[in-house]
Amino acid sequence: MIVRRNVAAAPLRWTDEVRDLAAHSNLIFELVHRDLTIRYKRSLFGFLWTMLHPLLLMLIFTIVFSRLFRRETPHYETYFLSAYIAWNFFSQTTSNSMASVAWNGPLMKRVRVPRSIFTLASNLSGLVNLGLSLVALLIIMLFARMPLTPSLAFVPVSLLVVGIFTFGVSLMVTAVSIFFADVREMVQAGLPALLYMTPVIYPVSIVPDGFRWIVEKNPLTVLVGIVRDPIYYGRMPSPQAFGTALLISLISLVLGWLIFSRLAPRFDSRL
Amino acid sequence: MNAIEMQGIGVRYRSEKIRSLKELVVRGLARRKAPYFWSLRDVTLSIASGESVGIIGANGAGKSTLLRVAAGIVCPSEGVAISRGSIVPLMELGTGFEAELSGRENIFFNGALLGRSRAQMRSQLDAIIAFSGLEQFIDAPLRTYSTGMVARLAFSIATAVDAETILLDEILAVGDAAFRQRCDERIHSFVREGRTVVLVSHELETLVRLCRRTVWLSHGAVVADGASEQVVADYQRQR
Repeated sequence: MIVRRNVAAAPLRWTDEVRDLAAHSNLIFELVHRDLTIRYKRSLFGFLWTMLHPLLLMLIFTIVFSRLFRRETPHYETYFLSAYIAWNFFSQTTSNSMASVAWNGPLMKRVRVPRSIFTLASNLSGLVNLGLSLVALLIIMLFARMPLTPSLAFVPVSLLVVGIFTFGVSLMVTAVSIFFADVREMVQAGLPALLYMTPVIYPVSIVPDGFRWIVEKNPLTVLVGIVRDPIYYGRMPSPQAFGTALLISLISLVLGWLIFSRLAPRFDSRL
Repeated sequence: MNAIEMQGIGVRYRSEKIRSLKELVVRGLARRKAPYFWSLRDVTLSIASGESVGIIGANGAGKSTLLRVAAGIVCPSEGVAISRGSIVPLMELGTGFEAELSGRENIFFNGALLGRSRAQMRSQLDAIIAFSGLEQFIDAPLRTYSTGMVARLAFSIATAVDAETILLDEILAVGDAAFRQRCDERIHSFVREGRTVVLVSHELETLVRLCRRTVWLSHGAVVADGASEQVVADYQRQR
């Protein structure tokens, strides 16, 4: 028998939430399915669009930057895309999570579902799209005659770490954006700025010494690095880099949950 | 055993909400907080398992909020609400329906929202479609349905999934006479099966027919709680 206690202003407990999410696994599946099919329902290329997106970007950025960074980064297309797919996942997923919670707000007022379910579903659809982008990147690497190294097998582990980080940030920003609608716009505006503070498009070596600390202190630099290492450099991330990335992700997850679980009891008055 | 137990439940809202950070900065500096508005205050109530209870009261008396707290949708500002057994809330019709999906696909999506698996919904599919009487339209997109048709589908889904408690918020007012009659019968059969039914309605006759006990809410507080005939009679006299 299910016994539910609805206690005044009590923060969510993560054990309850995990159990609740597990009980709603079918809904998670339906939400992800709906995300992926409705997005592409009316477009000519359907799912292929996910693959075309990195292809087009590669074309643009390679034409614009490959001559500029020729000396620092041979095979610029792989250098850029290996980090960009991770970056794009992070930025798309955090925006989509906020949009999804805003969009499904009316639903949350009428049906009882785990409060983090829409955020989780957005993150999972993001991961599916990320997987497709990775396939596109591998095809591009074959064409560009980039060597495919055994270290590629490590990429899913790196992406998982990026996924944990992104889920934590998503929990944080969705919870706050429910209370303050303009947070959504602020995050949207901040993301491109953050992109330029992360060595995605350019190599770190071109950053002037006075500004390098910004790039080095940026947690996304480490996260993007552990994805780029096995793809572009054909090597495992150093234990130190990987450990740092893992630690950052776990901090993000814990912090995200602490904020989310404390604000969740008051969501219904704001949706 | 009690299906629903409420102890000192209070739900409050600010009558004026700060909706953006910009506003927070401006208002925060002015240090003026909007007063609270209590939607429910100090409500203590228990509903035994297998009971059928009606909730009446004027608009804004807190009836829907009470159901939402019972369903766990709204977290109270004061007190504790405990529910035992699975609960299916049927709050507003058309909730969780996707206009572009067909009636059939919507049955599965709605089932998922209520925490049911695909297999569970598949086994109920024929019964749901038959009860709704929408056989010819079930594969058409939902945007082609009339309000009454959506209502029928929603009621059919909510009452087909196996739940110990069902919460109905003014949903019996839609649909044609024949369908309403079948809804009545289904609620009756719920009660006979020993399930718990909580019904918010402005249709007092229906309420007396379906519920043995009625709770009268006014301004977020319980005014009367007892046999339906008595409470409804008092309520009508008051008006």
